[in-house]
Amino acid sequence: MAKVKEDYDPYILGICCNWCTYAGADQAGTSRMQRPANLRILRVMCGGRMEPIMVLQALKNGADGVLVSHCHAGDCHYVEGNLKTFRKMPLFIKMLGQFGINPKRVKYTQVSASEGAELTEIVKEFVKELKEIGPNPLKMEE
Amino acid sequence: MSNTINTDEEIKIGIYVCHCGINIAGVIDTTTLTEYAKTLPNVSLSKEYTFMCSSIGQEMIKEDINKGLINRVVVAACSPRMHEPTFRTVVREAGLNEFLFEQANIREHASWVNLNDSEGALKIAKDHVRMAVAKLNELKPLEVELVKVEPTCLIIGAGIAGMYASLDLAQEGYDVYLVEKEPTIGGHMAQLDKTFPTMDCSACILTPKMVDVEREEKIHLMTYSEVDNVDGYVGNFDVTIKKKPHYIDQEACTGCGACAIECPVICGNEFELSIGTRKAAYIPFPQAIPGKYTIDMIKCIKCGICASPDVCEPDAIRLDQKPEYIDVKVGTIIVATGWDLYDPTELKQYGYGKYPNVITGLEMERLLSSYGPLEGKPVRPSDLKPPHVLGFLQCVGSRDFRPGKNKYCSRVCCMYATKQARQYKEKHPEASVYIFYTDIRAFGKGYEEFYESAGENFNIKFIRGRIGELYENKDHSLIVRAEDTFLQKQIEIKLDMLVLSCGLEPRHDSDQLASLLTIQKSSDGFFMEAHPKLRPVDTLTSGIFIAGVAQGPKDIPDTVAQAKGAASSAATLMAKGEFEIEPYYSIVLEEKCSGCKSCQSLCPFNAISFDVFKNIAVINKALCKGCGTCVAACPSDAIVQNHFSDDQIFAMINTAIPPLAKTENGGK
Repeated sequence: MAKVKEDYDPYILGICCNWCTYAGADQAGTSRMQRPANLRILRVMCGGRMEPIMVLQALKNGADGVLVSHCHAGDCHYVEGNLKTFRKMPLFIKMLGQFGINPKRVKYTQVSASEGAELTEIVKEFVKELKEIGPNPLKMEE
Repeated sequence: MSNTINTDEEIKIGIYVCHCGINIAGVIDTTTLTEYAKTLPNVSLSKEYTFMCSSIGQEMIKEDINKGLINRVVVAACSPRMHEPTFRTVVREAGLNEFLFEQANIREHASWVNLNDSEGALKIAKDHVRMAVAKLNELKPLEVELVKVEPTCLIIGAGIAGMYASLDLAQEGYDVYLVEKEPTIGGHMAQLDKTFPTMDCSACILTPKMVDVEREEKIHLMTYSEVDNVDGYVGNFDVTIKKKPHYIDQEACTGCGACAIECPVICGNEFELSIGTRKAAYIPFPQAIPGKYTIDMIKCIKCGICASPDVCEPDAIRLDQKPEYIDVKVGTIIVATGWDLYDPTELKQYGYGKYPNVITGLEMERLLSSYGPLEGKPVRPSDLKPPHVLGFLQCVGSRDFRPGKNKYCSRVCCMYATKQARQYKEKHPEASVYIFYTDIRAFGKGYEEFYESAGENFNIKFIRGRIGELYENKDHSLIVRAEDTFLQKQIEIKLDMLVLSCGLEPRHDSDQLASLLTIQKSSDGFFMEAHPKLRPVDTLTSGIFIAGVAQGPKDIPDTVAQAKGAASSAATLMAKGEFEIEPYYSIVLEEKCSGCKSCQSLCPFNAISFDVFKNIAVINKALCKGCGTCVAACPSDAIVQNHFSDDQIFAMINTAIPPLAKTENGGK
C-alpha cells in the first residue's frame, strides 16, 4: 500500500435523491456557492432506491469518498422512502470497518432542496476529512 | 435482465455541449469537453453551441436525428430539473423515443460552483458527461403514462388568496372545495382596517367578495374544517376533510344571534386579538361568512341556556355534535394557508407583554378599525387616552441575521406602519408620530408616492435606526434610545405608545401540511415554489400549487395576482383533462421473484399486491410512483425500476471514476 498523500484531490461520488439533495445542489449552483471541485452527483429518484452495494461498488472502483444524501425525515416526496435508508445506511457504515474500509469514506447526510449552503459546507468538510485519511487504497492497488 | 437495447439497431450517441452564454463556457473549456466526448463509447458526434435550449440549438439536435446520424442524445448543460422536459420534447418531435435522452449537469453542479477553478469544473463536467453516456448506453425506450385529471380543485385556506383562486376556478366551470380552518372566510385581510396605498377600506373591498364566494354554486365552502388526509397523485387526489363540530346545526341556524345574546360566557375574541370580547356562542365578526354561529366548546360551561326553545327558535343547537369526515376526489390542490404574525415576546428588549403600551401592528390595525373594539378611536392601553407621541418600530422579527431568526424582509411592514401612522395623524393632527426604520421599502405601485406624502403632508418623522434601549416610566410612557444613522447621533424620545411592526411568519402548522401534501419548504419556512422565477405558483409535486403568503411574504395585490396565477395553472391542467407522468414505475420479474413479500410492506403507496397462485409480488403501475424503495430492498434482484435500473445505475458507477486518475494515483 502506498504512503498516504495529503495533497491529493479526493474523488467523491454523490448519490442523491432527485427531490431534496439534487435540488439542493442545484440551488447551491444557482446561488453560486463555491465549493472544491470534488463532487460528482449520481441522481436517483428517492433515498429509498439507494443501496449499500452502490456505495461499495464506487469504493471498489476507487472513489475516495461516497456522499449518500436524501431528504430529511418527513420531507420525502414518496412519503417515507428515505426512512428505509435511515435504517440501512448507518448499519452499513458500521459494517464498513469489518470490510477493512475506513467508515469515514462514506458520508450519510440529509439535505433539503433549500439547503444548498448546508451541502456546500458538507462537501468542504468531507474533502478536508478525506485529505486527512488519504486516497482510497483500493484505487492504488490497481 | 438483458443489457441490450434495440438489438436491431446500433447505438449512435450525439453529444451537445451547451455554453449557456458564458455561464458554462466562461468557466469550462467547452471545446476540450466536446472533443473529449467523442472518445466515449458509441458516440457518433459531439458538438457545442451557445444556447442548446434555443430554437437553433433544438434544430441542431433534430437535424442530426433526422439525418440518421444519431439515435440517442446527451445534452451537457444545466440541471435536468430545468430543461429535461424541453429536450425530451425535441427528441420526441424528431421521432425518437424521448427516454433515449440524458442530460449531464455541467452548470449547477460544475461551472457555477467552481467559478474560479476552470480545471476542476472541466474535470467534473467530463465525469458527468461520461456517466451520462454510460447510462444512455443502457437506457430503454419507455412509454409516457397518461392519467386523467379530475376537474375539481381543493383549495386550502379561504383568505383573500383562496377566495380569488376559488372564484376564478368556479367561473371557469370547475368544482371547488374551499376548506377553511376558522368559522369564517376572509382570513387576515378581514382584520385590516384600511389598505395602503389607496386607503380604501379593507372590509369594503373584501366583504362583497366573501358574499360572492358563498353564493357561487360551484364553490363547496367548508368552514371550520381541516384537511385530514391526502392520498393519490396528480389528477386523482383522494382527500379527507374533517368538519369540526360547530355544535350548532349550520343548516338550521338562521344567524339571528339569540344564542350569543343569552350566552353567559364572555371571553377574548381571537379575531380582535383578544382586545374585544365574544361569547362562547359566537360569530367572529358581524360580516362573517357564513353568518352562522359556532359554540366554542373549550369556553362553553354547558349551561344549556342557548339550547332552550325560547332562545334558539329554529332549534339548531346540537351540543352532542361529532366531527364529520368527508371524502372528496380532486384533480388539483391549491395551498393558500397564509401566515402567522411574528410573536415579539421573545425580543425582551422591546418589552412586549410586559409594558402595556407596547403593541403589535396587527393590534394597532384593530384599534384603528372603525368596526373594531374601539370603533376606530385608538387609545393607549395603560390609561385609555389617545397617545400624544406615537412610535413605530420596523423590522421586528424580520431582517434579523442572528441564528434562528427570520432573515427575510416581510415586505408589508414599511407600508402598513406608514399607513397606520398616517391614519393616526388624520385622527390626531396634533400628535407626533415617529417611525424607526432600517430601510424604507416602498416597492409597489404608488407606494413610494405614499411614503413621500406621509412625511411631507402628514409630518410623520422617519428616523433611520433601530431602537437600542427602551424603558418604561412610572406613568407607563416609554423612553426609547436609538441612533439616527443619518445624523450619526444618539437620540432619546419619550413615547406614549410604541407599535412593533411585526413581520409575517410561516403558519405554525405548515410542517404538518407540507408532509401531508409532500411539498417542500424553503429555508425561510414558507412553502417552496418549483422555480423561483419561472414556476412561482407550482410546487415540486405535480398538481399542487401555492398562492399568497403561504409561499412568502407579500402584499394584497401580489397575493391576488398569485392566487389568480395558481388558479390558472390548476385550470390549465384540468382543462387538458390528462397529465403525462414519467413512467418510472417498477416491474417484478416473475422468474426471479421468490415470493418473500419483503417489498410489500415497504411500499409507501400500497402498490404491491401478492399473487397467491403464482407466488409472486405484483406491482400496480398506476399506484406506483417510482421511488424504487422495493428495488433496493428485493433480496432476489427481482424488481426493476424503469429508467433507474441496476444496469443503468451501475453503468454510471462503473464509469464514474476516470480511468486516467486511477493510473496516475496508482503510479505514485
